[in-house]
Amino acid sequence: MNQYSVIKGVGYTLAITPDMVLHNGTTQTVERERNNESEYLKNITSHIRSYEDAVNYIPNQIYIGNEKPELLDEMEFPWYDKKFDGSEKGKFGDIIPEDEFYGLLQICDVFELVKLEEKFSCEVKAKMEKSILGEERASVLDKNGGTSVENLEELVKEEAAAPLYFEGKLVGAIKRAHEIDVNLSAHVMTENLVAKASSVLSILYMLKNNSIEPAEIEYVIDCCEEACGDMNQRGGGNFAKAAAETAGLKNATGSDTRGFCAAPAHAIVQAASLVRAGTYKSVIVTGGGCSAKLGMNGKDHVKKNIPILEDAIAGFAVLITENDGVSPIIRNDVVGRHTVGTGSSPQDVLTSLVTSPLESVGLTLKDVDKYAPELQNSDITKPAGAGDVAAANYKMIAALGVKKGQLDRKDINDFVIQHGMKGWAPTQGHIPSGVPYLGFAREDLMAGKIKRIMIIGKGSLFLGRLTNLFDGISFLIESNPGIEEKKETYNETEIKEIIANAMLKLANEILSE
Amino acid sequence: MDLENQKRVKEFAEKYGKDKLIVLLGAAEGEAAGLAAETVTLGDPTYAGPLAGVPLGLQVYHICEPEVKEEIDPKIYDEQISMMEMVLDIDDIIEEMTAIREQL
Repeated sequence: MNQYSVIKGVGYTLAITPDMVLHNGTTQTVERERNNESEYLKNITSHIRSYEDAVNYIPNQIYIGNEKPELLDEMEFPWYDKKFDGSEKGKFGDIIPEDEFYGLLQICDVFELVKLEEKFSCEVKAKMEKSILGEERASVLDKNGGTSVENLEELVKEEAAAPLYFEGKLVGAIKRAHEIDVNLSAHVMTENLVAKASSVLSILYMLKNNSIEPAEIEYVIDCCEEACGDMNQRGGGNFAKAAAETAGLKNATGSDTRGFCAAPAHAIVQAASLVRAGTYKSVIVTGGGCSAKLGMNGKDHVKKNIPILEDAIAGFAVLITENDGVSPIIRNDVVGRHTVGTGSSPQDVLTSLVTSPLESVGLTLKDVDKYAPELQNSDITKPAGAGDVAAANYKMIAALGVKKGQLDRKDINDFVIQHGMKGWAPTQGHIPSGVPYLGFAREDLMAGKIKRIMIIGKGSLFLGRLTNLFDGISFLIESNPGIEEKKETYNETEIKEIIANAMLKLANEILSE
Repeated sequence: MDLENQKRVKEFAEKYGKDKLIVLLGAAEGEAAGLAAETVTLGDPTYAGPLAGVPLGLQVYHICEPEVKEEIDPKIYDEQISMMEMVLDIDDIIEEMTAIREQL
């Protein structure tokens, strides 16, 4: 069936992890290594916000779908100091606290690496039994019987385990998976389990909120920014299948797609193509969060006396299926791509990602109702001197429109307002990269409020030190025009017309000879 | 400024000499441009990188400053930079860059 694939459902989740900010965020761990007595480390604790404040934080409420991005247009900036009454239960997925996230880490650990203190574990298990994870998964925590704080201290001190703290107290540890192999160190295992766990959580909410049976899923593509493997195959994978197992997707296999922040857009194009080709009927694209990026801009936030706003591990899951005639279609035939030969100036990049694919199907910039590029929360990036990333993208698209003669220069600001939005996503690399908008886009496209959007993923490949090339990929999503029925029968008049046209064509060919 | 870039700037200054080096910035914000300019002139203000306490005093400009623009082929400037000229707050960038250079 040559029909476009569709966005069938989305899941977005957050785990608020203030202790992991202090102990797992690289800004903090590097500072501790260089200068354990620094003013920053002394001051940071007083800038950590409460779970309630993080839940009620407006950008987080938007991330889980309880509020729409348009709310940010009405709010006075900055947003972190505005009182708001939010909920940890979200339309697209929930926000969970750090203790439950540690429980989830253990549920996702099949190699007995995660240890939790017995009393803490009992309390967490009781909470998790009632959560989306359910009794069966929560029963994994039963194995912590007899684990004391002393045991954990010994693991950390003697066996290089990574400590897990909750409200400042040692409550768990993640052991190394090999004595020598750095790829299986406690540090790496922690980061990989964090990515897996946040991916699992988002998959579970996506399934639940869209009433999808786990057995329906045939393939999973993971697009986070971690790598799992050992010293002989450092990035061997496979996060996708590992998460699928914990999420109970027994009929699914999967694989990992990597491309820094551009990976989610790459993965969705791949998933849409696999489904349209008929290889699989339903594919989940998922990405878990990144503990290393917690508190990444913490120094600037502390210096400017604002809370540490990078205190959440984000995750997302998007289900792509065969055309149901209703859900928005993914135009995998209108894909913008930054190629090896594209060049690296912003002008070259945006031409390849935005105007070239549109021109290929006779569209202009104004034909796209909304663009979703890097949707970083500017509450986080502005105090760190990185400006408003989303707004910068929209201004660049508009400026390109001026260069192309599609816009007047005086209309740049109007274009930004009409075709853009304020960013709300946590600064976790791949997480803000266009995909946070898919949930709202799906709703608005299905409600007929908009007709066409463009997702733009961009990646900074130089970070891997293998190439200085930039990367990016974009694609269109449109409202579903309905499934075109293939016409099987013709009436007499139509048959006569077809024959007449064929004879006319033949006559013309004979005459031209 | 990225620690690796600080290291490279320092090495270039040692290899080619401070007088024979110009640092050309492309930062999208006045503040970020100013911080980078400060790093290669007065030293790393964050005291985190190889240029902490190392006042190289290098000549530093932003690609959108008029002194640089007039040195570049207008056709190439139009192809590579003119779109960003419409986007960036050039006055803010010039102000930040000038303020740093005036301290030299």
